[in-house]
Amino acid sequence: MNVAAQSVRTGAISRDEAIDLIWHEADLLDRLSYKPWLKLWTEAGLYIVPTERGVADHANSLNVVYDNAAMRHARVKRLLSGFSMSSAPPARTVRTISRFVVSAQSDEAIELRAAMMVAEYKYERMRVLAGDVDYRIISVSDSLKIDRKVVTLVNAEDFLHGMGYLL
Amino acid sequence: MATLAAMAANPDYGALVLADRAHTSLYTDPDIFADELEKIFKATWIWVGHESELPGPNTFITSWVGSQPVIMTRDKCDRIHVLLNRCRHRSASVCEKKKGKASVFVCPYHGWSYEPSGALRKVPFADGYPNGIDKDQLSLVSLRTETYNGMIFATCNNDVEPLEEYLGPARKWVDLFMKQSAGFGVTVLGKHSFRFPGNWKIQLENTTDAYHFPIVHKTFLTSLDSETENLMDVVGSGGWVEDLGNGHSVMVMIPDLVDLDDNLDAPIPERFQELAEALRAEGRDEAEVRRVVRAVGGTGFNLNLFPNIACSMAFFRVLRPVSVDETEIQHVAIGMKDGPVAANQMRLRLHEHFQGPMGFGTPDDAEGWERVQRGARAGDDLYIMLNRGADAPAGRAEAGHNAGDASSEVGMRAAYAMWKRMMTA
Repeated sequence: MNVAAQSVRTGAISRDEAIDLIWHEADLLDRLSYKPWLKLWTEAGLYIVPTERGVADHANSLNVVYDNAAMRHARVKRLLSGFSMSSAPPARTVRTISRFVVSAQSDEAIELRAAMMVAEYKYERMRVLAGDVDYRIISVSDSLKIDRKVVTLVNAEDFLHGMGYLL
Repeated sequence: MATLAAMAANPDYGALVLADRAHTSLYTDPDIFADELEKIFKATWIWVGHESELPGPNTFITSWVGSQPVIMTRDKCDRIHVLLNRCRHRSASVCEKKKGKASVFVCPYHGWSYEPSGALRKVPFADGYPNGIDKDQLSLVSLRTETYNGMIFATCNNDVEPLEEYLGPARKWVDLFMKQSAGFGVTVLGKHSFRFPGNWKIQLENTTDAYHFPIVHKTFLTSLDSETENLMDVVGSGGWVEDLGNGHSVMVMIPDLVDLDDNLDAPIPERFQELAEALRAEGRDEAEVRRVVRAVGGTGFNLNLFPNIACSMAFFRVLRPVSVDETEIQHVAIGMKDGPVAANQMRLRLHEHFQGPMGFGTPDDAEGWERVQRGARAGDDLYIMLNRGADAPAGRAEAGHNAGDASSEVGMRAAYAMWKRMMTA
């Protein structure tokens, strides 16, 4: 770590710092600010929405989303292209994230679990999605980045609906 | 012409489906839907699951036959059963898990217990039936069940022809489809489930609709490397659609990928080079590497089996009619049983790329189907047009089979002709 970085950040990542990042992310997603959202991630970060609860080995399981950096960029390009009828326009979303619990903490990383509720609206219809979210946030140079985000919907194993936005 | 009101009271199904069009009420009329459940979903072979979903003795999944919940089991003697999921006492469901292992199903209400074969094992406090209870008459209701190449179907109709006969020429395409296991055997890797607010036939049509692909799936196509994007030129690749009888049809989009045992010496596409290297590093010989790599992306066709299952390029598409304007779809990801981990991982990632509620393809399909249902509310006497189709490329379809070009609506006309046959039977 260089001297300049040390002057910005010292010590472990606090719970409040992590929550600030998570709420910033939620705000970007509801406002469809996907390009700034891409910058919140580490290069090796994984964004995962499983099809089953309680799965540990996501790489060898079927997921709704299993995105590395390349897939996140491709996904954002698609959502912003204007040529995908489910995302041009997407359902409007309003989400809230709360019930934070720190599950692991070190000097470089913090892991939290949280509850997420998302209301989506399109075509005279409102749907509510609920899920548990696991975050791993790490300090890279002078800023915090998302290294892992796993969104496990309460009804992950059951039927969902097409989504033209990001969870 | 009969008025719509008169048709609704006593529908003339023959008049609602013409050679090149189907009346919009087939999407919107709840009475027609109720009739479909009886005359189609209780009258012919309905897909229930794949053999690999029952990996050993005393395993089960829950599924559906039309509107009826069922349990598909493998008993301790390796026999497969499809049982109505209702206790014979007072109708409580006896199983509410999606899958698992069980040597007995116990009704939670009064404790009646059933074998995986459906046989009634035990009734608590049996002395409340002073004359005894005839257990043989009170098994879980077992449906006639037959299997073809790993695909398990059941029917409520004991008089329907054998499954193999029902599938007819479609069997050849099922066999071709299963080659994507590269000799390891097909196994289910996972499932995406989603619903859309629209009639089930909208999805049935879509599996045999190449016409929509370059329009609806533009953002999927542009997310691919250029070699793969060219491969996915499904309208212009010289493919065809072929009527296979009984409402079944095949739509070939990539003729080169019809038979995965062919062209094993062709250069390995760029996107599979890394996988090929990984397989070689595991010590697999070149013949096996090529076989796995050629199979990993799936086949180049969609086989649509009337009424509820498709072998769609690299996965099973299962549809379930929920109500006249609600349909549930499963996209069942498949892979190579005990095959190379890297190959199955690639299959999972390819499946996730297009399929499922947040894939690069499915959400746009689902939105398109919803738009069909929304639009179908308009107009008094309008039809769904199914008249598209140029000639099939010469020498491709089997002689004597009705066929058209890849973007023709031959497959839809085949499905609606079967619909008409069954609904007027």
